Amino acid sequence: MNKQKDFISKRRLCLIISACIMVVGLAMTLIFGVEMDVTFKGGTLLKYSYTGDMNASDLSSFFTAQIGESATAELSQSGDIQLINVYSTAVVESDQQVEIDKAFAEKYPDNEISLVNSNSITSKVGSLFFVKCLVATALACLFLVLFIALRFSKIGGWTAGLAAVAALAHDLLIVFFTFVIFRIPLNDNFVAVMLTILGYSLNDTIVIFDRIRENRSVLGAKANVNDVVNLSLNQSFNRTMNTSITTGIVVLTLVVVAFAWNLDSIISFALPMLFGVASGFYSSVFLCSPLWAAWTNRRLAKKEAK
Amino acid sequence: MKRTPKFVFFVVALLILGLAYTSFFGVYKTYGDRTDTVIRGASDIRFGIDIRGGVDVTFGPADASIEVDEANINAIKAIIEQRLVGKNITDYECYADVANEQVIVRFPWASDEADYDATAAINELGETALLAFHIGSETKEEKVERKDENGEVMKDEDGNILYDTVTKPAGELVLTGEGVAKATARWQPDENGNTQPVVLLELQGDAIKAFADATAKQAGKGTISIWLDEQLLSDPQVNDPITSGEAVITLGNSDYSYAQELANKINAGALPFEIEAKSFATLAPTLGEKALEAMVLAALIGFALVAIYIIFWYRLPGFVAVIALIGQMAATVACISGYFSVFDSFTLTLPGIAGIILSIGVGVDANVITSERVREEIRRGRTIDGAISAGSKNSFWAIFDGNITVLIVSVVLMGVFGPPSGFWATILSPILRWFPTSTTGMVYSFGYTLFIGVVLNFIMGVAMSRLMLRSVSRLKICRNPWLYGGERA
Repeated sequence: MNKQKDFISKRRLCLIISACIMVVGLAMTLIFGVEMDVTFKGGTLLKYSYTGDMNASDLSSFFTAQIGESATAELSQSGDIQLINVYSTAVVESDQQVEIDKAFAEKYPDNEISLVNSNSITSKVGSLFFVKCLVATALACLFLVLFIALRFSKIGGWTAGLAAVAALAHDLLIVFFTFVIFRIPLNDNFVAVMLTILGYSLNDTIVIFDRIRENRSVLGAKANVNDVVNLSLNQSFNRTMNTSITTGIVVLTLVVVAFAWNLDSIISFALPMLFGVASGFYSSVFLCSPLWAAWTNRRLAKKEAK
Repeated sequence: MKRTPKFVFFVVALLILGLAYTSFFGVYKTYGDRTDTVIRGASDIRFGIDIRGGVDVTFGPADASIEVDEANINAIKAIIEQRLVGKNITDYECYADVANEQVIVRFPWASDEADYDATAAINELGETALLAFHIGSETKEEKVERKDENGEVMKDEDGNILYDTVTKPAGELVLTGEGVAKATARWQPDENGNTQPVVLLELQGDAIKAFADATAKQAGKGTISIWLDEQLLSDPQVNDPITSGEAVITLGNSDYSYAQELANKINAGALPFEIEAKSFATLAPTLGEKALEAMVLAALIGFALVAIYIIFWYRLPGFVAVIALIGQMAATVACISGYFSVFDSFTLTLPGIAGIILSIGVGVDANVITSERVREEIRRGRTIDGAISAGSKNSFWAIFDGNITVLIVSVVLMGVFGPPSGFWATILSPILRWFPTSTTGMVYSFGYTLFIGVVLNFIMGVAMSRLMLRSVSRLKICRNPWLYGGERA
């Protein structure tokens, strides 16, 4: 048998580490700002493939003149395809788009210009969609907390629910900071990752809570709360670690392949997911369960005082 | 507990491998040049427009202040569908989003056109529909100058103007879309008392008089034909002159949905407003095909690594977990490709594939929890059989509760990003109806793969795994506790 690890006593250290990460993340957010994708902020994004050499500032002025409002062009690469990304806050209508494509191809006949992706959304639809995503995240959180409170009423449902929410908030912020720090614009992938990590991290928490529930009914409610939590964490540690490792392996594979192939859409999905998986493991073991122990102890102390 | 016979393991494992083979590679029969699909394989999966390229566009009334009702939105959907079919695009998705007064269309790149002008296609779809009622059903063929995409007349090598032949109604024009107030499908009893589907047509303005004159002329001997975008919709017989401006089109033995479709199409030609593309996205297949290759590679590597890790860590239960995981992957592919005819095929996007890859990692979780418990029981000194049955029993609720959270998340994802008429979107609509439908359709597929991942996990990772483990543990060579994580016997 492995020797028992004491998770509870390291509670303070973990809280300090998490607090530091939060502060750094917040500072980064303030410094870098949050980038939004066209899906949320509205406007027009055009992607053209080209061959040969092109100059970004020439292109910016060309598209500004064509669209009639300020536009910025950037050159990028996806796999072996060279790309021009044009962004403008103006909404380009589909018939205007046809004109622009034609003028563009005529101006640079040697560069084999071809439109590969266009996205045009009014800012109202974009921002409403963003709000919808936030509502959806809140909705998922609500359902999940209700579920936990209901299923774990034996170990103080709302205490369990609240501890789980604290851990979830931690994970969601980590995912958010990943987007900020790696300068990935927020889009619908962001919501998908947030929600997945929500479910994933809670899955870890639940398996631990399940053990606490079981141990409490075996050892009786009188047993020392810290000991029960420590025992449960030790018993479920291998499982939590192994599931996080297998999930981590596949997500890491995705990240590596996406980097090798230069697939922006997958990187922006898999990279935050990788950090989320790591955070989900950490928060379930080192934050959520010690928090539950601390709150339960306080509740029991209050009960005794009465 | 009743003992599970030894052969069960081999039967289950063979069934899983059979499912894996057929669902990945499909089953095809070849007669000469013709190949029939008996079972749809992975290559028959309908990929999303982010992989094979295509168009994603949202249509709505050009003037946002106009009041729009449900019939209008259905009419827009009908005309867009008719035009898509007219362009030979059948593999489209089209959703009416009544709450937000819009219609969402996604259709793939036409596969045979290398340089497809998607933006021009959007413009054509959004054009005002031309509805016309003509006297009689006779048609004439007309030569029309063929024009290129810039609107210039095309000529052949010798400089002769190229013509296309089009079929047009020959009879006199009675009325156009402006004269139609609305069309509705309904049930109505015929002379024998049987109810049958009909379309009730209500006219307005000068059209009432024109229609009365035309029906007087045709009554008892001829037809009036209804045309939309120069395609014949219907040519009902005229029985009596209709002066009230309300006509009933009986459709014979057709079903109600046909009546509804006809009504929608007539309404499309009578829309009191113009439609325009509110937002649109086009994607060329160039980027997507590379992405698909990369994702398949990532899935294979990810699977191999997880398999090695889990066998190394859990030994025999790990080996069983890998078979179950193969089963889960195969069943996931089957649920997407339409392998089981009861489940419709599902559009798979890049995030959807990411969801499948994610479920490789998460899918072994149920096995991990069970194996961990079995190992614990073995180390406590239980027999193999006792450990397996205690380990299975003790771990069930943890697996169940844990999976419900992912299920909740996948349901919210499908509700938010799915089509507005979708099952989950309808359930969540009291909360989400105030928000516009997803501007891209990629994440819906992710929610779906996550969802079936959870469901299949209960079948493969729990039920099948346990059956296999109990059965294989009866084999003599599998009686060593070391295989279950204990000390070597």
